[in-house]
Amino acid sequence: MARVPIVLDFTVHQGPFTLEVHQRFEAQAVALFGPSGAGKTTVLDSIAGLRRPSVGVIEVGGHVLFDSERHLDLRPHARHVGYVPQDVALFPHMSVRKNIFYGIGRGVSPSLDTVLRLLEISPLLDRRITGLSGGERQRVAIARALMSGPNLLLLDEPLAAVEQSLRERILPYIECVRDELKIPLIYVSHSLDEVRRIADRLLTIEEGWVVESTTGHPRLAEGRVLR
Amino acid sequence: MNPELIRVVMFSVGMATLATVVMLPPGIALAWVLARRPFPGRTAVETLVSLPLVLPPVATGLILLRLFGRLGPVGRWLDRLGIEVVFTWKAVVLAMAIMGLPLLVRAARSGFEQIDRRYEQIAATLGARPARVFLTISLPLASRAVMAGAVLGFSRALGEFGATVMIAGTLPGTRTLSTSIYAYTQTGQDAAATVLLAAAVVVAVAAVVVSNRLSSAGHGDR
Repeated sequence: MARVPIVLDFTVHQGPFTLEVHQRFEAQAVALFGPSGAGKTTVLDSIAGLRRPSVGVIEVGGHVLFDSERHLDLRPHARHVGYVPQDVALFPHMSVRKNIFYGIGRGVSPSLDTVLRLLEISPLLDRRITGLSGGERQRVAIARALMSGPNLLLLDEPLAAVEQSLRERILPYIECVRDELKIPLIYVSHSLDEVRRIADRLLTIEEGWVVESTTGHPRLAEGRVLR
Repeated sequence: MNPELIRVVMFSVGMATLATVVMLPPGIALAWVLARRPFPGRTAVETLVSLPLVLPPVATGLILLRLFGRLGPVGRWLDRLGIEVVFTWKAVVLAMAIMGLPLLVRAARSGFEQIDRRYEQIAATLGARPARVFLTISLPLASRAVMAGAVLGFSRALGEFGATVMIAGTLPGTRTLSTSIYAYTQTGQDAAATVLLAAAVVVAVAAVVVSNRLSSAGHGDR
């Protein structure tokens, strides 16, 4: 695996909630693990530029995305960060093809053929978004993010809303993205089973604090699931 | 139908259509800003936009007359450019647009507010700059509300009377459906007034049907 240096060293104040992340590491796939409301999505939103930290630095692969001291705050469109939110947010007024092509042209995208092959979505191209199943929607959302040429891919509980049998089918697609396209991932999950398969770095977040940051999988053998 | 009555109907529909076209760009921009961008003075802008809804139309007309008359701040400036507004067809369009604008802004704003912000945010993460996000995500997703607002604005423009009388009068070249019905009734030409009344009802019903269809199509799709 090609590992990239990642700096997540920031504080977010959001009403009474405060998120503190102070981590520097190298990883190919990072898992954010923790209970609901711990602040995992806030981490992703901050990296994507959708939420502004109060103070700190966010850096991926040597590219500074946010640095409060230098007054640097790249707008979301300039960050080259692909984001698949929990609800996937496929554009409902566009076909699958138009969704996938939306971000093309920003950076160096993987070839369309490669993405279609990896995610097996060629037959879906001319379908409407409203007619897709949960698993198909997830794969289209991942394809859309990949085709925008991201330097980093954020996946927010991509399997939370799909059945167990479907999870087993979608996980290999995410593993293909990680191994063949070699795009660094940050993956939010409640499931240690998923984390064990996807990530080489685990950040456990509870009540806005990173309580554990580990490589390897010392906790993962338990296979427990947080809800 | 009497050619003069046909001319009045065509003129009114044409002026209301033009007023709708004129009010669309500022109306959509105002609706989007009010829905999406908190800024100092927002309440003042909201109040100003809604003012024609609550002020007596003749009062709005008087304000327009003061602004666009030859001695008014805008009229004086336009006069230097050789543009005359008051008591011309341009005054009719202006009065119609100002009176229809609040309805357009209210409907469009509601449409923008109903869009899940996640779509706009994700479009930005895919590399779209704010203008592209607006044109490819926000506006298409709010399009039915905008269209419904445009139909409402058109209907309001077509029925406009008070402001139009103040700034455009009831001259032969500025007579609309409303001002003509009033003028014919005042001069005892009840038959002509009734024909125009029927025409106004037909156009109004058509506008309501179109507006309702747009609204129900919107509910079905999302």
